[in-house]
Order: sequence, then C-alpha cells, then structure tokens
Amino acid sequence: MESVLGRYRNLIILVGVLFLQVLGLATQVKRSGGNDAEHTRLIRIWMVGAITPFERGFVWIGNGAGGLWHNYAYLRGVRAENRQLKAQIEQMRLQQVRLSEDAAQARRLQTLLAFKEQFISRTVAAQVIGASGSDLSRVVYIDKGENAGIRRDMAVMTADGIVGKVLVVYPSVSQVLVINDQSSGVGAMLEKTRLQGVLRGTASGEVVLERVMSDEQVPVGETVLTSGGDQIFPKGLPVGTVAKVGNGKDLFLNIKVKPAADLSKLEEVLVLVEKQEKQATAEESPRVRAADILAQRLPSVPDKPAVSAVAAPGTAPGTATGGAKAAAANAGSKPATTPNTGASQAAKTSAGTTGTGAGSKPEGPKSTPTNMSPNLPPAQAAPKSAKPSAPASTTQPPDDGTNPH
Amino acid sequence: MMGRILTSVPITYTSGEQVEVYRFSFPITVGVPLLALFVQAFIPLRFPRFAVYFDLPLLVTIFFAMARRSPISGLLTGAVIGLAQDMLGHNPIGLYGIAKTVVGYGASSLGVKLDVENAGARFLVTLGFYLVHAAVYFTVAHGLVNMTQTWSWRYGVLAGVANAFVGVALFFVLDKFKQRT
Repeated sequence: MESVLGRYRNLIILVGVLFLQVLGLATQVKRSGGNDAEHTRLIRIWMVGAITPFERGFVWIGNGAGGLWHNYAYLRGVRAENRQLKAQIEQMRLQQVRLSEDAAQARRLQTLLAFKEQFISRTVAAQVIGASGSDLSRVVYIDKGENAGIRRDMAVMTADGIVGKVLVVYPSVSQVLVINDQSSGVGAMLEKTRLQGVLRGTASGEVVLERVMSDEQVPVGETVLTSGGDQIFPKGLPVGTVAKVGNGKDLFLNIKVKPAADLSKLEEVLVLVEKQEKQATAEESPRVRAADILAQRLPSVPDKPAVSAVAAPGTAPGTATGGAKAAAANAGSKPATTPNTGASQAAKTSAGTTGTGAGSKPEGPKSTPTNMSPNLPPAQAAPKSAKPSAPASTTQPPDDGTNPH
Repeated sequence: MMGRILTSVPITYTSGEQVEVYRFSFPITVGVPLLALFVQAFIPLRFPRFAVYFDLPLLVTIFFAMARRSPISGLLTGAVIGLAQDMLGHNPIGLYGIAKTVVGYGASSLGVKLDVENAGARFLVTLGFYLVHAAVYFTVAHGLVNMTQTWSWRYGVLAGVANAFVGVALFFVLDKFKQRT
C-alpha cells in the first residue's frame, strides 16, 4: 500500500488539488448561478488589495506625466482650438434653446399623463486603474469604493455613453462589469423605432442587441439608448449605434452595436450614485429665445440703459449685458432705438439663408419682439398661439458664416 | 522561422542525475508571479488586445515548474498563480486554478524527463502548454460553469505562438534568478 502511495504520490496530490478546486467551483456555481463574485469577496479582496495599490500608483504617475506634458509643454494649437470651441458654444447655445422648448413641451405632456421621471442627481468621478487581465472576464477596476459611496449595481458611464455596472465593491476600489462581457445585460431600445431589446456582450467582446423580432426594420447607424427596464441605467442614456444587422437565433435579429463609449480605452468614468424619481412637473421657466442669443452676437446692437435695468426675466442674462456693451461701444454713433431691433435683425440674419427662421415672418406674432413689453417674461408677452412655434424650434443654428468670430 | 525552430530543437531524454534542479529566493518566488499578475491586469488598459493574446501568469507558471522540476511544487505553483488570476476577474474562482495546476504538473514532469534549457525546446513546450491550458480552461468553463465560449484553432495557435515568443525571452531573463540547489 505504502509503495503504491509513494509511487503515485505526485499523481494523487494532483488529483487531490484538482478535486478541491472542482469542489470549490461547483459550490460557487450552485450558490450563485456562476456569476456572483460577492460570495467569494473575502478571498478576492486579498488579491485586489495586493495588486490595486500598484495600479493606482502607476496610473497616478502616468496621469502626472501626461498632465505635465499637456498643461505646460504641449500648447500648440490651443488658440485655434479656443476659437473653435467658442464658436461651438455659440452653436450649442442655440441648440439648447430649441431643446429646452422641446423639453418643456415634453414635461407638460408628462404632467398631463402623471409620468414619473428619473433624474441623475449625483455622480462620482472615478479613475480606471486596472482590468482583470483576461479576455474572458471583461471587468475593470476603478479607484473609488465603499468609502466614496459606491454600491453594488450602480450604473457606470462616460460622457459618451454607458460603460457597465458596479459588480463588487471593496473599501477603496470597485469592480465594474463592462457591457461587452458575456454575462452583462442592459435594457436598451432603438432611438427612432423605439424597439426594445436586451444588450449583451459576446465571448469575443462585441455588443449585441437581442430580442428584437426579425420582422422589424432596423437601419444601420440608428442610435441605441438605455430603456430603463433593467432598473440600473436611467432611460435615455446613449449606448451606441447599430453597426450590423443580421438574422439571429429563432425569430430574432442579431444586431451588432458599436458602443458609444470607447470600452477599450477607459480612463475616467462616472458612477451614478444617486438617482431621483419624481412626478413630472411643467415649470414655466423663463424663456430664452434664439433671437436673443443671436442678438448678443451682433456688435452693433444698441440698447437702452433703462430697459436693460428692468430687463425682463425671460431675457438671457447675457443679452442685456451684451447690448449694454454694444451700446457703449457704439455710443453716439446710433440713436437708441427699440431694443428689439437687434434681435429682429439677428433673427433675420439667422433665417436669411433658410427662410424658415424666426425672422422670416417679421410681421407675425412669432417674431414679436420680446422686449416690447419689458415687464413681462417673453412667454407671457407672446401670444399663446405662438408658443408651439417658438422661434427656437424653427431657427436653424447658423453654420453659414453668421458667426462674427 | 517556425520551421527553423522546429528543426533545431534538440529535445533529448536525460537521466534524473543529469538535469539540474533550481530554486529561487523568496522575493523572486512571490514577486515574479505578482508582477506578472500586475502587468497582465495593467497593460490591457493601454493595449486592450494584450489580454486577448498574452498570458504572463501562464508563462511564469511554466518557467517555475520547469526550473524546479518537482511535480508537486509545479502543480502547487500553478494552482496558486491560477487562483490568484481568478480572483482578479468576476468568473468563479478555480477556472484558471485548475488549468494552471495541470500545466504546472505537466511542465515540471516534462522538466524532469527532458532538457528544456534551450530556446527551441522552450518555444515548443510553451506553445504546447498554452494549448493544453486553453483546452483545460475551455473544458472546465464549458462543462462545469456553463460559460459560452467559442474555440478557434486559428486564434489558439496564433496566441500560442505569440506567448511562446514572449516566453522564450522571458525565460532567459528569469534564468538570472535561478539558484543551484
């Protein structure tokens, strides 16, 4: 007996060690369905604790060196970029006016239907410091954990789109399951067709939208958003775009999605630590018209100091200031006329090329100058019938040289 | 390149007395596997394809197992490194553990019987054990954990060759830390 044990000692130990591991594996699979790292938290925390301080240090050094280079050494093209960004801000402000009109309208409808809205009320910024090191486990580690208020199943995103959800939380780091892992699942929908499906990762690291019936038409390039059905990601966050549509299993389509966030190069992410759900309310917020914004950009807009002093609450804060500046610049050159002249001019300028802007109908109520009745906010000053076709919704952002910059 | 390596591999049977058994200092024994795990987890942040093709902890397992030439030591080294690698992911602990235990045992058993000190032999051994590792991992993940995986020979061989090249270079670096018993 002893000789047999001695002869096959190595083999017996091998079988024993393998048996123990298989037993441990089977226990984990039975207990948690195979994907729950929470039950093995204590064992994992040792390894994570041993590796992540080094990762954190390396990321810190890398960021420091990168910051030094970008902030001090590499300033080429900053002025041009600054000019470009300023122009972009102008465009976006105009777009914002249009969107706020749409949003206000949506809120009014939601109030009528007693909808509940979800708001992202607080996020925590975190740095990605490590990965699993295996293509079969697509997780990343972030440098914020329990101490920063991170909890399990919180949504993780970047400015571009969603990234994943928090899977395991340690005191100072957290493990995030990325949406291209095959055990990941996100409720998603297509932006235009509103078709809903489940977003899953594949073994090769791609992202596919499942559970969309094969008789539906899904155009390539359509935007995919979160549907909110998973109770993790709020509705409407960008997920990606449809890259390829093919026939999948059974009666469903196989829709490949190109994630909006670059999942292969994650650096900083936002963890959604708090979201509020409240009844939609239609607040009559002070309105800003696209024409007012455009007026601000015209250097020759005259303004009456008295009017600017009692500027209507609906007027953009910058409008009066801009007008005052313009008036100061042109002091004496032009007599102070009605303060809306500039606005009308601007609206004309903006709509001049398309003919659909606010200025295209100067005689109509839509183009009624806001400051004609300076004591009233524009919403009240304008007739009710003009509301749905507010200038903002009809004004195209001028990308045709109306920008004085 | 492959053909030249294959024709110049002097794998020879050796007696137990002829092969040298090495040991390593404690800092190397602990530090090198930890460093391999760290690099494996950190590099993919900058080079995402790294984790797809390379498995540094596997290379370290093979090296230690072959150098020590003790099957028990080899399988334990493989088990510990594999389990540590499992802990960094979110899959059940034991998948890499089992695969690397088998590789550690196999590499050390082979090290007892064959001369695996030259580059050609190391290249072939690393390529072979990479495939063994992938096969065991695939079998366990598919059979025990019910993970969906697709096996591709093209990818397997390509990754195996890539690991073998890195392994040959890495083994020569790690040879410097060997201590004769």
